[in-house]
Amino acid sequence: MLPTPSTSHVCFDRVYEPAEDSFLLLDTLSSTSEAAFLLERFAKAQSAPPLVLEVGVGSGVVLAFAAANAGRIFGHQDVLTLGTDINSFACKAAAQTIRTAITEHEQNTSISLDVVNGDLASCILPNSVDVFIFNPPYVPAELPDFARHGDYNGLPDGQKKTTFEQDSYLLELSYAGGEDGMVVMNRMLEQIPEILDAGRGVAYVLLCAQNKPEEVKQRIREWSPGWRAETVGSSGKQAGWEKLQVVRIWKEEA
Amino acid sequence: MKLLTLNFLTCAIKACKSSPASFPLHPRDVELEIVESDINLPFLKNILPRLMWAELRTIAAELGLPELPETAPTRDHLVEGKEEAKEGEEVDEVPSQTARDLHRVLLETTVKEGKLVCGNCAHEYKVMEGVPNFLLPGHLV
Repeated sequence: MLPTPSTSHVCFDRVYEPAEDSFLLLDTLSSTSEAAFLLERFAKAQSAPPLVLEVGVGSGVVLAFAAANAGRIFGHQDVLTLGTDINSFACKAAAQTIRTAITEHEQNTSISLDVVNGDLASCILPNSVDVFIFNPPYVPAELPDFARHGDYNGLPDGQKKTTFEQDSYLLELSYAGGEDGMVVMNRMLEQIPEILDAGRGVAYVLLCAQNKPEEVKQRIREWSPGWRAETVGSSGKQAGWEKLQVVRIWKEEA
Repeated sequence: MKLLTLNFLTCAIKACKSSPASFPLHPRDVELEIVESDINLPFLKNILPRLMWAELRTIAAELGLPELPETAPTRDHLVEGKEEAKEGEEVDEVPSQTARDLHRVLLETTVKEGKLVCGNCAHEYKVMEGVPNFLLPGHLV
C-alpha cells in the first residue's frame, strides 16, 4: 500500500478532513486496474508531463497522493498538479500538503503548480487537463447561502481567528450538494468535456448512492459518440448497494 | 503563484473563453517573489512542448523580466555543450544558461500580490498571499 500524505498541519474546523470518500479515490487511483489503464494512456512515447487537476482539493490529500506516487500511477516521475477550491483556507492548506508530499519522495520530480481560489474549473484553460479528479459536495442537503462567501472566505477584518459561523459555512461548502446531492456535480459535469485534453484526458469523479449513479453514467454516455463512464472503484456495500463509487469518464475514438 | 501556472489559466467568465484575447491573463501591479528551488532538467525538457511560448514571452515582457528568446528552446538547448557535441557523443547533462533562465522564469518567479487581467473583458482577478482569486459575483448566487 502506498502511504497517505500527511495533513497534520490542516485545521479541520474549516477544511474538509480526509474521510472514506478521499481514501476511496486514493485506493482507486493506485489500484492495479486503474494504474494499468493510466500507464497505457500516459507512459507511451509522449513525454510531456500530464497535467493533473483536482477541483475542490480540501486538505489536498488526493492531489498530493497522485503527485507523490506519479511514477507508479501514471508512469511519469514528473506530473504537474493544479488544484482549485472555493475555500481560500483550503487552497493554502492543500498547497502545503502537496509540497510536503512531493519533497518526501526523493526520486519524485513532480511539480506542484498552484492551488487557486475559484469556482470549479471555470478558470482552467480549455483542452488542457490530462487527469481530472473531483470529490464533490455530494450530500443531499440544502446549499449554503453564498451571499456570505465574500465575508467568510478570509479572516474577518482585523481578526486573527475565524468565527464559528464562518467555519460551519466553509465546511457546509465541502459536503452540501443540493437536490439529490447533484447540484454542484451537474455544473462540474458540464465543464468536463471542455477542460479535458481531447485525446488523452480522463476524469475521476466520486458519487454516492443518493446521487443515482446509474442515471449519471447514462447521461454522460449520451454527451456525444465515444464518451464512456464506468464505475472503477467502490466501497461501503449496504444491502447490495455501493455507498460510494468512483466513476471514470473518458472518450474513445468514435 | 508560479508563472508556469499562467500557462493553464484563463478568464473565468464563460463568454470570454472563445476569445483568443482571454489567454494569457496579464499580470498587473504585481509584487514578485523569487522562491528558489532545485533545477530539474528532465522536467524542463519534457515541459517544452506544453509551453505556450509566445504568451509566455508576453508575460515576461509585461513583468519587465529579461527577454525570452523569440523561439522556444529545444531539448538540446537546455544541456550545456549538447548542440556542439558530435552525433552519438555522450555529454554529461549539465543545465545550460538557457535551462537555468527557464527554470527561474517558470518555477522560481512567483506572483505574491497583484492582479491578473483578462485581455478580453478587462476583469481583474486579485492575487493575495500568492493565491489568485477567480471567484466572480455571478458564481455566488
